[in-house]
Amino acid sequence: MRILTGNDLRSGAVVWWTGTYWSLHVEDAVDVTGEEDRVIGREEAARRVNAAYAIDAEIADGTPRPAHIKDRIRALGPTVRPDLTLKPADPAAGSWVI
Amino acid sequence: MYKYDHYDQQMVDTRVAEFRDQAKRRLEGKLTEEQFKPLRLMNGLYLQLHAYMLRVAMPYGTLDARQMRALADIAERYDRGYGHFTTRQNIQYNWIKLEECADLLADLAKVEMHAIQTSGNCIRNISADHFAGAAADEVTDPRPYAELLRHWSSFHPEFSALPRKFKIAVIASDRDRAAMRLHDIGIQIVERDGALGAAFHVGGGMGRTPMIAPCIRDFVPLDQFVTYAEACLRVYNRYGRRDNKYKARIKILVHELGAEEYTRQVEEEFAHLLTLGIEPPAAELERIAAQFLEQLPESAELALDDTDPDFALWVSRNTQPHKQRGYISAVVSLKPVGGIPGDASAEQMRLMADLAERHGTGELRVTHTQNIVIPHVRQAELHALWTALEAAGLGAANIDTVEDIIACPGLDYCSLANARSIPVAQKISERFAASGKTAALGELKLKISGCINACGHHHAGHIGILGVDRKGVENYQLLLGGSEAEDVSLGKITGPGFDEAGIVDAVETAADVYLRERSDGERFLDTYRRIGMEPFKEALYG
Ligand code: HEM
Ligand code: SF4
Repeated sequence: MRILTGNDLRSGAVVWWTGTYWSLHVEDAVDVTGEEDRVIGREEAARRVNAAYAIDAEIADGTPRPAHIKDRIRALGPTVRPDLTLKPADPAAGSWVI
Repeated sequence: MYKYDHYDQQMVDTRVAEFRDQAKRRLEGKLTEEQFKPLRLMNGLYLQLHAYMLRVAMPYGTLDARQMRALADIAERYDRGYGHFTTRQNIQYNWIKLEECADLLADLAKVEMHAIQTSGNCIRNISADHFAGAAADEVTDPRPYAELLRHWSSFHPEFSALPRKFKIAVIASDRDRAAMRLHDIGIQIVERDGALGAAFHVGGGMGRTPMIAPCIRDFVPLDQFVTYAEACLRVYNRYGRRDNKYKARIKILVHELGAEEYTRQVEEEFAHLLTLGIEPPAAELERIAAQFLEQLPESAELALDDTDPDFALWVSRNTQPHKQRGYISAVVSLKPVGGIPGDASAEQMRLMADLAERHGTGELRVTHTQNIVIPHVRQAELHALWTALEAAGLGAANIDTVEDIIACPGLDYCSLANARSIPVAQKISERFAASGKTAALGELKLKISGCINACGHHHAGHIGILGVDRKGVENYQLLLGGSEAEDVSLGKITGPGFDEAGIVDAVETAADVYLRERSDGERFLDTYRRIGMEPFKEALYG
């Protein structure tokens, strides 16, 4: 599947396209295969996202998992600061990234 | 320390107002990202892996307690309570919001700081020996010269669109503590027949094509050295390659022309420039230099108390002789075992500011090895300083050991990265601390970069580690034999790379070869230079 990610223009936070809005959580990302450029163009023009791009992902345990480690680190946060990640208490978070 | 005058303050304040307007227009949609990006980069604001990242300039790595406290306040108010001190003697914040950035820059400006020229193809923040003005072995304080260069290079219209970024380092002793010859221009202030002059080294750098800068002129009189720098830049600006980003640094020009031909052109330009009289007036250098003259009160010279072995170890590793009797420079290690190299929390920044005021003059330095120096500590108070650092977890006695690792942010923070650097550094420091080999290994400089850009100086590590991407999986190459010091050299790759666990083992294997093969008094680097790569290869790949 293809999913979209980018940064919130105002805060810079990493966000994922849910089909209707941009979420902080990669779990909310939806497949946009074939629609990538159209959605990115529209959303960037509306300033709802900045520096958006499409990536490959697959469904793992029911939720999208980006194909590349870089995007998985973006999804969760720095692996060396579990206290700053989106799932600070999830002991399995590390294995999801690596 | 240099204090802003009316002009400096106005320049910085004006820039903040300009940026405030630009950011507002971006948020209102009057500027596209394409239009805004170069403007934010001119103010050190990148878009990184997780958020906007701001790089704040610390001129020649010097700051005072008030500025350090402001950095702490910024970490708390605008970021997530910490900052990352970098190999370029700067600080980076990782979680900045565009909508708050102008306020942040205004707070910086209140304490005479900014983020101007910390990105882009211009002359970047100028680095220097972190013991400048304190070191017993310097011929003079190099910082007034670095400051004059900063005056000259700030908003220099001719050099604001160079072929590529440009980095200058200035030192004034034969010991090189600033990786001087791995900069685009490395200047060493030297003394000859009672007069001071500048030795120019041009065309060094790291990145994908590391090069050691050749010395192109061993003595430029100090009343002409800005003019000489101008000549070096002019030749580069004219002939440096703009067609290929990877060949655009001055090192490629110097290499392709040959040092001799490049020098000939610089000398020709220099002769021409001398006729134009562009050197800043001597009075300006005197005005600057006067501000660096630290009048340290007399302080008692003490035989340091070596009854406490922990204190004695810290003194032996984390201090540097001072030029004035009764004083000493102390290095606060930002490399606790298992910690993140270069990261400091707001509380730690405040504590370092307090201690610099209490036991020194309030001045602090950022080192290119990502540690903090308190340069002028009264010897009688060294034990009290250490006790306070120890209590706060900042007392690691490991400067220049295998635990004092330089690591770039790597894939945990950097969008250009191939692999993570920080976890590798953490595992290595934990491994050596646990094995108890750190002391036996002595001076062993280990440097890690998460990609070929070499922000973590891996080419210059006695042991270097380079993160690469092998089919989407992190992989690490091992290099041996580099040095950024006066015995400068570039490391060589041992062979095939390792995975994350493998690279930690590989570093220990290389260290063991040294322990087995060394002769009396040899450091790791000396042994490597004597016996060569083969014994290491054999142990690693057998
Ligand atoms: C936002 C993250 C960063 C980006 C995008 C970045 C980008 C780059 C690039 C593209 C180069 C290669 C330049 C060339 O070869 O022409 C480079 C080199 C370098 N960077 Fe960074 N860097 C980042 C963070 C850092 C940090 C955190 C440090 C300090 C720890 C640093 C210090 C250096 C140094 C010392 C070099 C090598 C010297 C040189 O060739 O200029 N950079 N960086
Ligand atoms: S070396 Fe590469 S990974 Fe490390 S900070 Fe520089 S650009 Fe990023």
